[in-house]
Amino acid sequence: MFSSCAAPDTLQGLSWLLCYLTTGKHIDFYWSFLTVLTLLAVTAPTALAFGFGGAMMARSQYLALRIIGKGYTAMVRGIPDIVFFLFFVIALDQGIEWFMHQVRCPDWTDPIRNGLEFRVCPEAKVPNNSAAQLWHSVYGFVLAVITFALVFGAFAANVLYGAMQAVPREQLETAEAYGMSHGQVFRRVLVPQMWVFALPGLSNLWMILIKATPLLFLLGVQDIVYWARELGGSKTSAYAYPHPDWRLYYFLFLMVFYLAMTKVSEVVLARVQNRLSLGQATAAGEAQRRAAV
Amino acid sequence: MKKLILTTALLALTAGASLAQTVRMGTEGAYPPYNFINDAGEVDGFERELGDKLCEMAQLTCEWVTTDWDGIIPNLQSGNYDTIIAGMSITDERDKVIDFTQNYIPPASSAYMALDAGADVKGGVIAAQTGTIQAGYVAENGATLVEFATPDETVAAVRNGEADAVFADKDYLAPILAESGGQFVWAGEEVQLGGGVGMGLRESDTELKAKFDAGITAMKADGSLNALIKKWFGDAVALF
Repeated sequence: MFSSCAAPDTLQGLSWLLCYLTTGKHIDFYWSFLTVLTLLAVTAPTALAFGFGGAMMARSQYLALRIIGKGYTAMVRGIPDIVFFLFFVIALDQGIEWFMHQVRCPDWTDPIRNGLEFRVCPEAKVPNNSAAQLWHSVYGFVLAVITFALVFGAFAANVLYGAMQAVPREQLETAEAYGMSHGQVFRRVLVPQMWVFALPGLSNLWMILIKATPLLFLLGVQDIVYWARELGGSKTSAYAYPHPDWRLYYFLFLMVFYLAMTKVSEVVLARVQNRLSLGQATAAGEAQRRAAV
Repeated sequence: MKKLILTTALLALTAGASLAQTVRMGTEGAYPPYNFINDAGEVDGFERELGDKLCEMAQLTCEWVTTDWDGIIPNLQSGNYDTIIAGMSITDERDKVIDFTQNYIPPASSAYMALDAGADVKGGVIAAQTGTIQAGYVAENGATLVEFATPDETVAAVRNGEADAVFADKDYLAPILAESGGQFVWAGEEVQLGGGVGMGLRESDTELKAKFDAGITAMKADGSLNALIKKWFGDAVALF
């Protein structure tokens, strides 16, 4: 990065360390933090949307929707995350390629499944073989987001379902007595009041999601844990910056990062909880009312 | 809306399908000097240089991809890349599921490296990388095997006292031993395993295999392969 880093063997002490910490590989490491943060930023709302959909279906008055909603939460919650991450991603990836194969290569005669091989025509590869590596990474990342959202959406659905049930029945009955339709009761009374009940469960999920990001490496995305292991491993002079086993320091750094993430989350979530309790008929809401008097 | 985004993304990802196909070279990137990720963040090492040369000879555009060793064969089969060029020894078990080119490194020795030369390599605790021929050998020969996902962790296990010795390709261990300042020594006897290192391909990819085979034959004939092996592994190793 700096011109003084051209000959790393001649460097000593602090300038060596400075050059070491700014190698291309370290820059990749720093970028991977952004990958993790982006994953969190994209996955959390997506999972919440999945959860909201699941909870709505689970409460639906139609049997078919109820079965889908409850089936989704029960199935995904019951499968160990790691199994889901290993199986579902491959299935999704191959499903997409199979679909593209049917669309783009209708004349292809060779079997797609050949023993252990999965082979679609070159035009059906997603992303295409000649696409830049960036697109392969983006594709892997999108698969990761979908998988994370599905898994965490199922848990969120259960939390939101419970929260919707926890809203006092009288509130809904009063709204109905005023002549509101089913949808109006849902939008104007149920949803605004349920968040306060959902938040403790959702904040738990958020914390678990933060800690689950190292699963990204299973999905082929080079995340911070991958880079920490790769950079921290002992290096011989085949590398420009040889060093002994430094994994301890890299993992300590990751620990600080994750602790900081959870601390910030706790502070923010406490504020949100405070805000949501305003004027609610809950213990926290009541305490706020008394304090204000 | 979501569907629309997905479709657009798929279109973007598959654009340029009519262009010449790129061959994606799959490697581990954690096994110096065979293959490793250098400080610029790029794949480097003997196999990088060899692979680039072979691609150039066969007039292919090649792109390098890294993956973890554990999933390197399944990922080849599901088409995430087209070749494995990762210091993989040719063995009968692997040959059943994928195809190999002829070897580009002659059959080489595997060796035990330990903190003291008298380490019990026959009955002690031996570290080896998961899914390697060395791990298979240890499991079959009475010693207690502890497996690790990356080669570096197998060496670290010996340093930490978790294992008595590490068993791996001698060419991988040699630079580590040389630079350990006397901490590591060879233990036990060297073992000959496998039929040399070759490039792995899907069994249905016969055309691509023929191209790489031709390249390796040419490089063996004109001596450039030997020169490349010497450059990365030193003078003391087996040549063609």
